[in-house]
Amino acid sequence: MASIPVPDISLGAIAPEITLALTAVVALMLEVFAEKKGRDHIAYISLVGVIVACFITFRLAGDPSWTTFSGLYVVDRFGQFFKLICLLGTGMTILVSVKYNKDEGIDNGEYYALLLFATSGMLFMVSGSDMITIFMGLEVMSISLYALAGYTRKRARSNEASVKYFILGSLSTAFLLYGIALIYGSTGSTQIDIIAKAVSSGSGVEAVLDLGIVMLMIGFAFKVSAVPFHMWTPDVYQGAPTPVTAFMSAGPKAAAFAAFFRVFNVAFPSLQADWWVIIWILAVATMTVGNVIALLQNDVKRMLAYSSIAHAGYILVGFVAGGALGSSAIMYYMLVYTFMNIGAFAIVTVVGRKGEEKTKFSDFTGLGYRYPLMAVALVIFLFSLAGIPPTAGFVGKFYIFMAALKHGYVYLAVIGVVNSVISIFYYLRLSVMMYMQDEPGEDLPPLVFAPSLIAVMIVAIYGSLWLGIMPAGYISFAQSAFLAL
Amino acid sequence: MGAVAVGIAGAMLMLSEFLGPKHFFREKMEPFECGENQIVSPKQRYSVRFYLIAMFFIIFDIEAVFLFPWAVIFQQLGMFGFIEMMIFILLLGVGLIYVWKKGALEWE
Amino acid sequence: MLGLENIWLVPILPLIGAIVNGLFGKFMSKSSVTLWAVGSTGLSFFIAVIAFLNLLSLDARDRVFEKILFTWIQAGSFTAQAGIQIDPLSAIFLLIVTGVGFLIHVYSIGYMSHEEGYARYFAYLNLFMFSMLLLILGNNFLLMFIGWEGVGLCSYLLIGYYYEKDSASNAGKKAFVMNRIGDFGFLLAIMWIFWTFGSIDYTTVFPSASQVLPAGGFAVTGITLLLFLGATGKSAQIPLYTWLPDAMEGPTPVSALIHAATMVTAGVYMVTRCNALFNLAPTSMIVVALIGAATALFAATMGLYQNDIKRVLAYSTVSQLGYMFLACGVGAYVAAVFHVMTHAFFKACLFLGSGSVIHGMSGEQDMRQMGGLKSKMPITHMTMLISALAISGIPIFAGFFSKDEILLSAFLGHTKGNLVYWILATVAAAVTAFYMFRLYYMTFSGELRAEDQHVRDHVHESPNVMTVPLIILAFGAAFAGFLGLPIIEGGHALNNFLGPVFHTPGAPEHPHASLGLELFLMGFSVSVAVLGILVARHFYYVRPEAATEMAAKGGFIKTVYTTLQNKYYIDEIYDVVIVKPVVSFSRSFLWKIFDVKIVDGFVNSIASFVTDLSSLLRKSQTGMVRNYALAMALGGVFFVGLWILALGN
Repeated sequence: MASIPVPDISLGAIAPEITLALTAVVALMLEVFAEKKGRDHIAYISLVGVIVACFITFRLAGDPSWTTFSGLYVVDRFGQFFKLICLLGTGMTILVSVKYNKDEGIDNGEYYALLLFATSGMLFMVSGSDMITIFMGLEVMSISLYALAGYTRKRARSNEASVKYFILGSLSTAFLLYGIALIYGSTGSTQIDIIAKAVSSGSGVEAVLDLGIVMLMIGFAFKVSAVPFHMWTPDVYQGAPTPVTAFMSAGPKAAAFAAFFRVFNVAFPSLQADWWVIIWILAVATMTVGNVIALLQNDVKRMLAYSSIAHAGYILVGFVAGGALGSSAIMYYMLVYTFMNIGAFAIVTVVGRKGEEKTKFSDFTGLGYRYPLMAVALVIFLFSLAGIPPTAGFVGKFYIFMAALKHGYVYLAVIGVVNSVISIFYYLRLSVMMYMQDEPGEDLPPLVFAPSLIAVMIVAIYGSLWLGIMPAGYISFAQSAFLAL
Repeated sequence: MGAVAVGIAGAMLMLSEFLGPKHFFREKMEPFECGENQIVSPKQRYSVRFYLIAMFFIIFDIEAVFLFPWAVIFQQLGMFGFIEMMIFILLLGVGLIYVWKKGALEWE
Repeated sequence: MLGLENIWLVPILPLIGAIVNGLFGKFMSKSSVTLWAVGSTGLSFFIAVIAFLNLLSLDARDRVFEKILFTWIQAGSFTAQAGIQIDPLSAIFLLIVTGVGFLIHVYSIGYMSHEEGYARYFAYLNLFMFSMLLLILGNNFLLMFIGWEGVGLCSYLLIGYYYEKDSASNAGKKAFVMNRIGDFGFLLAIMWIFWTFGSIDYTTVFPSASQVLPAGGFAVTGITLLLFLGATGKSAQIPLYTWLPDAMEGPTPVSALIHAATMVTAGVYMVTRCNALFNLAPTSMIVVALIGAATALFAATMGLYQNDIKRVLAYSTVSQLGYMFLACGVGAYVAAVFHVMTHAFFKACLFLGSGSVIHGMSGEQDMRQMGGLKSKMPITHMTMLISALAISGIPIFAGFFSKDEILLSAFLGHTKGNLVYWILATVAAAVTAFYMFRLYYMTFSGELRAEDQHVRDHVHESPNVMTVPLIILAFGAAFAGFLGLPIIEGGHALNNFLGPVFHTPGAPEHPHASLGLELFLMGFSVSVAVLGILVARHFYYVRPEAATEMAAKGGFIKTVYTTLQNKYYIDEIYDVVIVKPVVSFSRSFLWKIFDVKIVDGFVNSIASFVTDLSSLLRKSQTGMVRNYALAMALGGVFFVGLWILALGN
């Protein structure tokens, strides 16, 4: 009997994912075996796992890119860049969660295990060179997120968020899977470079392929919360525990964008002349709807949810622009966005207090006097989100709009600039709120700043400011990451 | 062409909505179960334990699904296959331990 | 070239001051806060002076010094180098900003001594200095934009400094929002420039402008108009000027530094910096000149009605900025920069003087409560008189030379409609002289009208730390004009110095008039100014006294003085026919309708449109999962349909 050939397997390539999964298993075991005190350390053990994964990702040789697992998985600098963004988001989220979980009485083990499983899913998604890998990663990520969104079980709003996310997420998964199936039916493969060959040679069945591409696009558009597939975002972001919201708004979005970008630019570059129109429409609708609705929000979490929709729109602008400039602009923006957005959410967890009852705009009045440093930090994050120089958000936006202009999408860039002007108003509103004298109301105990939270804020401030003042290094990193795609 | 197609399809749907006869009576509106009248209300609650057991069954059943084909071609797969399957079983074992320690296997 | 090599220290020093005071100011004594804040600014002024002397020692053609500090953004073909560039234009602004900035820092020591948040105030002020210097010294458009945003931000912070005052934080917000509209134009212009030139460095863009862009073409007109939109926001020109009078809610030294001497002139700096582009766009030049002249007159007439001493000065600033843009519009860039310089002296002095008055009056800003301060505040009185003479354009004082040069350039300029601008500007000059001396007489002459006994008792001259800067500024207001003596051939030092910067293709020839015409125009503008002053003197100095005398002498003497009364009737007629209409036009139309309804109304209606749209779109968010799923499905149908019908080939 002939032995069955063993597929080419390079475990080194997926070492970051393995590290995360193992750390998650350790977290689970600690949850059931360790004493109360030991369980408090789970957060830090998870953090160590994330840092080790970061380190391994950094050291992997991704240039030139190489594939393993018989073409299911690719190691390249594009993927590495996005993986680092995802890991950064996870690391910051873990630090934000430490104090929050203690206050809310959340079981640590499962929580961090889910975070880590979700992250390993993202990493698979980012590096998948086959629709199946991408789909697997996406599902691992999504299912963990459904559970995380409803993690504060006693809170009705959290449950609502979880169920809504699950139902709509399943719908979008159906779209995605249907798209993959149709594309497979047309081209005979799920591997993106083989699909590319089939598509460009025109050997596929065209109508089936077209439908498949649009379905696929809808599936990804849901994950990056592009209008009109964004409806879940405000409800889920508002209902989910704030650290989870922070997590969802950064890493999973980056991973979804990475997969979206990779699939469309590797598998269907020959149809770019057609699909950019759809992405263009998505980008404009997403920016505009996100920003305009955000104007009237009274809840900070919900405002940040709409703001994150709007930011997805800006990133889609970079997507439309495409090419080396557009893609490195996306990467840079996603990196900056991770810093500033998690920073902003970190402050919301503190100001929100126990049970997240204080997340209204009015709850932020007067913070400028009582907690000047925290207020300054939040102002930096908000200004960065608004794109006011010299913050990183400005460089990111400038870079994206520049890429759009460079490739001739003038209207898109102008719409983007108009939108970023609109966005100033609601970010500014919150900043001004903090510097208004607050009404003499109930006496609240002082806010508590845990060391872990201060660490997050320092990292976030570094990212939001330093990347604006000295962005050259990161931009050239993003550039080189693209060139390897 | 496309517009005509959409128009005709839409018109048909709309027309049937407006023109079709509609009669509602008690029996027609009731939930329908294989031609039988229902005996108890379908809105009853089940104990959440049933769901747990059902989920464990699915998870550990898949283990068996993988094990059968593996056992059949065990020899051809060789050492590699053995190690792979051990890792798989180990991970499921961890899951089992977790479930056990959490007390999910106890009925009461 | 020690100064030039170390020029990067000039912006960095105030930044260090800002960081130290911002982070640790709370824990430091007042004197060490002062040392960091004022010391860093003083040192940077010192370096600026050395750099300026270095620059002077160079040959006129080599007076451009660029130092690349680091590569800021490197993305494909796009490179932005963060660097410092100094040439005669930026050197002049550099001296104004650091010099006046230093004096105002010193003045603030006295003015802010009783205020809370002393360290915070100085941190903001130093941060402002940093941003402004970055704006001036940056070697590309993006750095200018960063400085541009930075000064806006600091201005916003400083206007809202008295945050417990609601009006203050609203004013801050208004300033910020209005500036964003301008910034939007500026940012689009930068992108357009990058799009056409492939670069945003001055050294690449300006020399190649005339080759890349066809003169009078759509692109160059669009770019320059967008740039100018940015300038109207920052420099408070029609239609984005209403924030500046409201910005007077901030502390007075801030008004002097930011809203008179430096930040608001950033728009003028930008236009003069981009002269190579503006010269290629005759249409834009007309727009610039027209907006400038119109603003000069409108704002001046609006100054007639105000009773708040700072608001008068604010409208006056808007008006004077209009002159500067008028100069740019007719291609007289040197005159514009010259006016920036003289204006910095006299307007900073007027603001600081008004601050000294307010300080002496225990915070009173209403001129109707003032009067007779001449004897009680002699130094303030003298310095403000000099500055008022300067702004009115009375010979030998600084404003005379610069304003005269602008009027002359407008008269002789090549830009279409130049005579209209000249007429507008000349009328504005008369109005300026009038309201400025109205302010002067209401404040310093006659009797003190304050009712509050506490205020009356406490009127006092300000401490030395406040009066010394006043004296220095007044000195400048009196003599800075001699740098630009117009008559002596070859003696126009400023023109020789700045000339090379403005020698770009398409630059209008410097107009040459006969000496006779020059002297005639000069005489005309001076007499117009003197007329304005005399009218003001009549109504606010001579007549009130006459009226009180007559009231004192009672009924019998009334008949004796019939002739005098007749003269009084003439005054009345004059008052009814000329002054009242102008004043009421100023109040009822310009202020109430134009300012409040049209300009604010326009801005508000945009805002309300967006909020209406927002509340409409918000309704789509029902909270029902089925509706969300329906939206997704409809979206899917739409995109599939789009692809099949329109895109798929």
